Amino acid sequence: MSEKGQTDKVTVNIDGKDVDVPTGITMIEAAEIAGKEVPHYCYHPKLSISGNCRMCLVEMGMPMRDRATGEPVMDDDGKQKIGWMPKPAIACNSKVSPGLHIKTDTDLVKDCRNGIMEFLLVNHPLDCPICDQAGECRLQEFATDYGRGFSRFIEEKNVKPKRTVLGPRVILDDERCILCSRCIRFMDEVADDPVLGFTERGSYSTLTCFPGKNLDSNYSLNTVDICPVGALTSRDFRFKMRVWFLKSVKSICTESSAGANTEVWQREGKIYRITPRRNDAVNDTWMTDSGRALYKQVEAENRLVQPKVNGGSASATEAVSAASKILKESDKIAVVASTHSSVEEQHFLSKLVRGKKAKVHAVAHLGEEDGLLLSADRTPNTRGAFITGLISELPSADLSALGSQIDAGEVDTVLAVHEDLAAVGLSDEQIDKVKLIQIATVSTPSAEKAAVLIPSLTVFERSGSFVNQQFRLQKFHAVVPGPAGLLSDLQVFASLAALTAGGVSESVRLKDAWDSLSSEIEELQGLQFRTIPDEGLAVPPGNFANIPFPEKKSLKFDSREFVREAMGVSEAS
Amino acid sequence: MAETKVIERKPLSLSERTYLPQIVSGLKTTISHMFKPSVTLQYPEERPPIPKGYRGVPTLVKDPNGREKCVSCQLCEFVCPPRAIRITPGEIPEGSESEHVEKGPEEFEINMLRCIYCGLCQEVCPEEAIFLQDVFSLSGYSREELVNKKDKLYELGGTLPDSHFKWDKKKAAEEAALAGGHH
Repeated sequence: MSEKGQTDKVTVNIDGKDVDVPTGITMIEAAEIAGKEVPHYCYHPKLSISGNCRMCLVEMGMPMRDRATGEPVMDDDGKQKIGWMPKPAIACNSKVSPGLHIKTDTDLVKDCRNGIMEFLLVNHPLDCPICDQAGECRLQEFATDYGRGFSRFIEEKNVKPKRTVLGPRVILDDERCILCSRCIRFMDEVADDPVLGFTERGSYSTLTCFPGKNLDSNYSLNTVDICPVGALTSRDFRFKMRVWFLKSVKSICTESSAGANTEVWQREGKIYRITPRRNDAVNDTWMTDSGRALYKQVEAENRLVQPKVNGGSASATEAVSAASKILKESDKIAVVASTHSSVEEQHFLSKLVRGKKAKVHAVAHLGEEDGLLLSADRTPNTRGAFITGLISELPSADLSALGSQIDAGEVDTVLAVHEDLAAVGLSDEQIDKVKLIQIATVSTPSAEKAAVLIPSLTVFERSGSFVNQQFRLQKFHAVVPGPAGLLSDLQVFASLAALTAGGVSESVRLKDAWDSLSSEIEELQGLQFRTIPDEGLAVPPGNFANIPFPEKKSLKFDSREFVREAMGVSEAS
Repeated sequence: MAETKVIERKPLSLSERTYLPQIVSGLKTTISHMFKPSVTLQYPEERPPIPKGYRGVPTLVKDPNGREKCVSCQLCEFVCPPRAIRITPGEIPEGSESEHVEKGPEEFEINMLRCIYCGLCQEVCPEEAIFLQDVFSLSGYSREELVNKKDKLYELGGTLPDSHFKWDKKKAAEEAALAGGHH
């Protein structure tokens, strides 16, 4: 590749068709561009090449040249002859070159795959009925596609440990392992925590943790994802549900501002697991283990489901109108905004803030950065709050500023969104002094004191978009329906904004939010929710790039480089 | 328009007018049945013989060693056209008799109000654990009663002969490996 965005192309011939592919890629990637599947186990686009599974054998040939003169050798038709290699080559470890010829579906190639499958299945247990990988198992798929369909092996199969605990989240079934070494390479190259390795030789080969080491990295579950068979299994998902029942929805990880793209798998309104979704600009094909556990908040024990007004039960619409009354009567309002809210929600909340000239506070949730996919800002949408104009400076460490405003009598009403006020620096007396409108998903002591309590939906129950640390606008979709009778935050904020302005509450949809967003926010001009691509869209950061955000470096993000680039663009334009 | 054709009705003959031949032929049938073996069954005291391959109520079976054969792979739940089957999979804890099987159903429900007796569950089962046997009469006072739970399914199914003993062989291989045989 030369310049960014300017890729050199070479022409290769795949199964008789000329295809233009970028230089420097491997045959297996070229075949994928040509729409031909080359089966593989050990090859992974984001890991180094190992070449040990031998499943991707193809026939390969180059245009012939005379050895003595270097002149092209022509056949009778005046075309350059192709010199086919006498034996097949692995497609994952050979780079394309001009004029390269590949055959992926000849008898020889099929024979190779058949042979490889037979060798792999020699010691593979017939575990499919109890194996969690069944249904998304490459071995299963390729056995039906390329295998012989019956076994000629009459000797005894290997016996290996069936449930080796490798770490707090991963269990290894040694019999199923086909020794592709993807997990070893992942832990070494991506997670930078090389704890896995093979011991023993031949059919005794076993995947193990090094002595005294444990597979306890926060990225350990990625090894389960990339395991082409069911050898590495997630302890959380183990034996819970067969994958063919699960439907996946595209979502965004809310753990931090890295904004890893995810797929959330549900069946009949119950979420079973979260897996990463490939996005080369954000998270490649990885995500954190801690982000995968976030679905548990949907069924959290202290989940709020009953709206309350002054401690008594009410319907959600009653609670909203009670809240709007409180907001209407006061002109000393403070809003504790959340950077967990989506762009759309923040937009309507900032309308409410502007209408009532309320003071806005936000609390930062910071943590240690791991340099990969866990960034310092542990909320997904701080950038969105800036873009929508909800906040104009970075969230503060705690709410002491709000506390002193309350003490000074400058604030008598607080609208708290997704924040536990007691936990972020307000004393009980301060909370008691104000009329509190609390929007939250889980119950907390301070939420119980609220004059109006509006339970809200988790990220898995609503749709919207976040702006991650790279100023990348990414959308997420509702996976499961929320608890009956609850309103989305979007609806709550829209209703409150309309009601306090003296209007009537109308039902809003994401499209309404985006009609308003695209016309009012400069950065989002001309955008609609449905036109945001699944892999997200970079939003021009403009002057926001100057803000000293806490993130330093992640897998695909470097704050210095980002600022330099943003500045360069703004100077140039 | 078709033409209307009037057919003349023939007058009855003498024997027809007496009705006697008809009565005699009727009595012949009646009397001949008095000497034939009876075909009426005193149901429910008497039950009809059930032919081989009959598809009765689906049941779960155990192998001759008393191990439950179902490993909760949920293929029957997947294939069931009226969605009558519901399985809650579970892990067999370490230290139990059949820990080498690793997985078994925590709960297994077949809703007999939904079941259409198609036999696809039996056909798809990779462990030969579910069979439509000869129970054909089913009644209950409530809907709940007609949802067969795991206990009821095993009670109905009983034990069937096994020709594979797949998991017993697996256990034997593991024990042999421990004792220093083939690894």
